[in-house]
Formats: sequence, structure tokens, C-alpha cells
Amino acid sequence: MLSGVAKWAFWNAGPRFFFMALRSAMRVLQTVTCLAPCFGMGQSVMMLAAQSIADFLAGITEAIAPGKGLQYVLAAVIHAVLLVHAFALSPAVFIWLERKVAGRIQDRLGPTRVGGLFGWLQSLADGIKLVQKEDLCPPAADSLLFRSAPYFVCVASFAAFMVLPFSHGWVAVAADCGLFIILAILSLEVFGIIMAGYSSGSKWSLFGGMREAAQMVSYEIPLAICALVPVIAAGSLNLGEIGGMQRGGVQNWFILHDPFSFIAFFVYFVVATASCKRAPFDLAEAESELVGGFHTEYSGIRWSFFFMGEYASMFAVCGIASILFLGGWNTGIPPLDDALYTARNASGSDGSAIVGYLANVLGLLVFVSKAFVGVFVQIWLRWTLPRLRIDQVMTTCLKYLVPISCFLFLGATLWPLLLATAAQRSTWTPQPLGARAAAELRESTAATSAPVAEMPVPAVPAVQAQLDARPEGAIQ
Amino acid sequence: MSNALLISAASAPGGNLLFFVFALAACLCAVAVVAAQTVVRMAFWLVLSLGSTAALFFLADADFVGAAQLLIYVGGTLVLLVFGVMLTASGPYLKISTSPGEIVLGSAVALLFLFVVIASISGVNWPAPAVADAGDLQTTAGNTLRPLGLSFLGTRPDLDLADGDQLSPGYLLPFEIVSVHLLVVLIGAAYLARAKRRATGT
Repeated sequence: MLSGVAKWAFWNAGPRFFFMALRSAMRVLQTVTCLAPCFGMGQSVMMLAAQSIADFLAGITEAIAPGKGLQYVLAAVIHAVLLVHAFALSPAVFIWLERKVAGRIQDRLGPTRVGGLFGWLQSLADGIKLVQKEDLCPPAADSLLFRSAPYFVCVASFAAFMVLPFSHGWVAVAADCGLFIILAILSLEVFGIIMAGYSSGSKWSLFGGMREAAQMVSYEIPLAICALVPVIAAGSLNLGEIGGMQRGGVQNWFILHDPFSFIAFFVYFVVATASCKRAPFDLAEAESELVGGFHTEYSGIRWSFFFMGEYASMFAVCGIASILFLGGWNTGIPPLDDALYTARNASGSDGSAIVGYLANVLGLLVFVSKAFVGVFVQIWLRWTLPRLRIDQVMTTCLKYLVPISCFLFLGATLWPLLLATAAQRSTWTPQPLGARAAAELRESTAATSAPVAEMPVPAVPAVQAQLDARPEGAIQ
Repeated sequence: MSNALLISAASAPGGNLLFFVFALAACLCAVAVVAAQTVVRMAFWLVLSLGSTAALFFLADADFVGAAQLLIYVGGTLVLLVFGVMLTASGPYLKISTSPGEIVLGSAVALLFLFVVIASISGVNWPAPAVADAGDLQTTAGNTLRPLGLSFLGTRPDLDLADGDQLSPGYLLPFEIVSVHLLVVLIGAAYLARAKRRATGT
């Protein structure tokens, strides 16, 4: 009996396990090689940011190899590894959270077994299962498009993390038009989904892809307009500056800047939920009518790439919401905010660098918890609201959300003029935004090298008038 | 904001290598667009080609142009293209077959164009790129948005600072023309959409 089991194990389970392991290894290798060129674009953008850490690394690498080359590579690798972890771990947490929340809402327990307490290892078990599954490609599918579509989704939502600041100055690419870049990159995700729907060679997938295309093309408009409302208040597209300006209390958060931005936050959140194709806007996958929508034909690791992309972009849009409207990494408690601000600025002198670092870590925790609450609300909505029909989705966007967001945009431009004429002030809060913006800019230029501080301030009347005409006050 | 980015990424040691990688990718994918048979595959190669072009813009510290390239061409135009193919295609994979005559004609035109491009590029005396000194750049490299916005509003701080008495108009006029043009396009699109619906209704 025992020898029979051993024999079976030797002839069957052994080779099968061996081949399974081999195949998994091949799959991982294949994935890595497929991802490498896609990540190349990310790497190049990261080279821009690499220089900030490169300066930091100068002392270390100069001893090993003089010149900038090693610093660039090291800094790019550090950024990339950190971001890959943020990108890969957040879906794991959110998928577990989704299952637990769904369980609670449906009056059951959700995962409880794997990993002991609360089934917290469930996502890892799912991941291992998905890596082992067979990588299917239907004969009717266009195999090139079918196989590359998941990478588009994955890379697009990964690339969004490059311009997302996680704390004060903790950003891979501190681009001046960060918000613009992040919206542009997130809009690429839809292409992968459309390609998946089209190339599957299945009617369900095609329907899912078409719905996704129609939905995304419509919802990008109110998304961008709502994101512009706090940008008008801040006068900057730099996510780091926008976050920094909301320092010093909840009243300085842009959600409370004016009544229009208050409404704009909720409109943005609805539209962002739709742009992540989350319920009640998940027409693209619609399990009850389209089997699985655009990912009907997918299995294994490629299927899971879609979900990694979806959960990562949920985190990304909620992170954008928290930076634009909810104060980013600022705690909202005035004394604490001021203490953290001084701690950050004092860094560099003896012993206080570690304090500034810890202040940034606290900022990271604040930012992540704000984004986490946003993701939680999205999950909560998914398991509470029924799915809309496609015509209702389009009606909601084109007949309601677009006019509402246009109205909010117009109102946000008129609000400073109204305040200026009626109350002779630029904001309703005691601390004007111009002072905060100036502090933010001073800080960003003070961080650069010394000769920069001696740049001549523009004294040309037209420039000065232009800056004085800004309702928030002169930036220079 | 951390430390200054005083050198552009293109002048960095890895920058040249990345430039060649992306330039090669853009060119090869552009060739693949022409060689592909189905429209959606063409769109796929076009996405890769335009994405590589956007990466070249990012390498040249033109963040705004790179992001606009991604948003308008990849995220907007190509999605609409594939969407249109999905709605109109009769079969599952619409194939476009080119006749030999078309191939000959097309490649002849392409070669002529290539000749013109090469001739004009080699005819220009390209100045060596000025290496930025520390202190030349007020903002970090690639952060060109604020001067860009000011120039769209009609002021050029970079030029105005050089000779204080003369003000340049900036790009206010082209900006206004483009916005009016877009408004006209929007009204035209709305008119066409309405007319079609009436025709089907009656």
C-alpha cells in the first residue's frame, strides 16, 4: 500500500510537480522578459528623478566609481524597487480587504483559514494558485494582442505611481506637470482593456471592451475638469506643491477651499470610481450578463495582471483625490502640521536629519491611510449598489456629470473674484493661500543649490502685474 | 522638492543609451504599423511607437509635451480609432490587404520623403547643446510648466528679463486661435450628431 503510494508519487506526482515548477519558473522568466521593455519607459522617466537621490548617493558611490553613471543606475534601481513594491503589495492588501468587506456586507466571514488571523495570507495563496494555472490563449484570439493586453493595463497603472508623491518630497519624478502626467498615464489603461476585449475572439469580451471604451472616453472629461478645480485654487499642477499648500489645519484643505471644490471632491470620487471600472460602473466585466466581460477568456497570471492593475489604479486615483482635496500627507491638525514642517526643514543640520525623515514617514502613513479610506469606500460601494445599465452609465456621465463639473469649474474660477470684491480677501480662511504657496516655492528653490537663490527676481512690470493679478497673491 | 536636477537626463551617462533604445523602438514600431495587416494590430504598434516618442520627449526634459503626446494620441485618438473599428467591422478581424502596386507606390513616396528628411537634416548646422551650469536653471530640469503657462498668457519672463524695456507678446494669439478652433470643431461635431439623429428619427 505504502509502496504503491510511493510508486505513484514517484511516477506521477514527482515529474508532474517538477514540470509544474519548471513551467512556473518559465512563466516567471517569461513575465520578467516581457515586462522589461514595458518598464523601460518607466525607467527612462525615472532617470529624471534619479538625480535627486543621485546627489544623495554622491558621497557613497564616489569612493567606488567616480562619475555619475553608477549613481544614476543605483538611484533608478532604488526608485523602481520601492515603486514595484508599492504597486505589487497594495493590490494584495486590497484584494484581501475586498473579500473581507464583501463577506461582512453579505453577512458571512470571508477568508478565515489561510495565514491564521483574519485569513490575511489569502492574497498570497491566490497569487500562488494563479501563477500555477495554465496560460490559455483561445484559438480564435489574435495571440499577439491577447498576450500583450494585460501588460498594457499593468504598466499603465504602475507608471502612475512614478509621479505620485507619497510624502513631502517622496516622489520618483517630481515633475512640474505631475497631475497632467498622471492623468495621461492612467488614461492608457483603457487601451489594454479594449485590446483584451477585441483580441479575445469572444462576443462577451467584445461587448465588455466596447462598453469600457465608451465609458472611459466619456468619463475622462469630468475627471479632468474636476481635477482642475483644486488646481485653479493652487495655481500649480505639481502634486508636491499642491499637497504642501494644504498645510496648517483642515480648513486649508482644498475640499474646504470653496463650495465648488467641496462638491467637486464628490464628483471626482464618483468619476474616479467609474474610471477604475468599479461597481456600480463595472459594465466592462458585468459578471451576470457578460460572464467576465473583457477578461472572460483570460486565465492564470495574465488574468491576475488585470486585477493588479485595477486595484493599483484604485489606490492611485484615491491618492490623487487625497492630494488634490484632502491635504495629502498633512495631518490637518495645525500644531502637528507646523511641528512636522519645522522638523522637515530643519533636517540637514546635526542629528535632525533623522527627525525630518521620521516626519516624512508620518506623512507617508497619513497619505496612505487617506488613500486607503478612499479605496475602502470604493469597495463598500461595490458591494452595496447594484450595477447600472450601459445607457444609465452614459446618461449619468454626459447629461449630469459633465454639466455639473463644467459648472463647478466656472464657479471655482469666479469664487476668488467674488471674495475679492465682496470681502476684500483671497480666501475665507485666516491664512491666505498666497503665503502658503510662497512658502512652498521658497522651500523648493531653497533646496536647490546656492547660486539659484541669487536669481534675479522678475522686476518687469508686466510680469509683476501678472503675478499681482493672481487672486491668491504673488507667488514670487 | 529635493535636490536640484542640474543636468538633463539626456546628458546623463545612461541617457544616450536610453535615447537609442527608444528611438529604435519608435522607428521599428512605425515600420510594424505599415507592415501589419489588421487595423487593431496597427493601432497596437502605433501605441508602442507613440509611447516611445513620448519617452523621447521625457528624456529631452519636455515633460508637458510627453504627457500631452500620451494623453492626446495614445489615450484619445487611438482609443477612438479602435472603438470605431469595433463598431464598424463586419468580421471578427478586419484585414486590409495591399496590392503590389500600392506597396511600390507607397514605398517610392516613403523613400522620397526619407531622402528629403535626410537632406534637410544634413543641411542644418546643428549647434552643440549648451551645457547648463549650476545656477542657470531656476527650476528643476523638465519643470517648464510655469514659463509655458506665462507665455500662453502673453508674457515671456525668460525673454523679458534679458532686455528689460521690450516686452514680447508670448503665445497668446496662437493659444486663442487654437481654442476658438476647438470650439468650432465642437460645435460642428454637435451639429453633425444632431443632424444624423433627425434623419433616422423621421
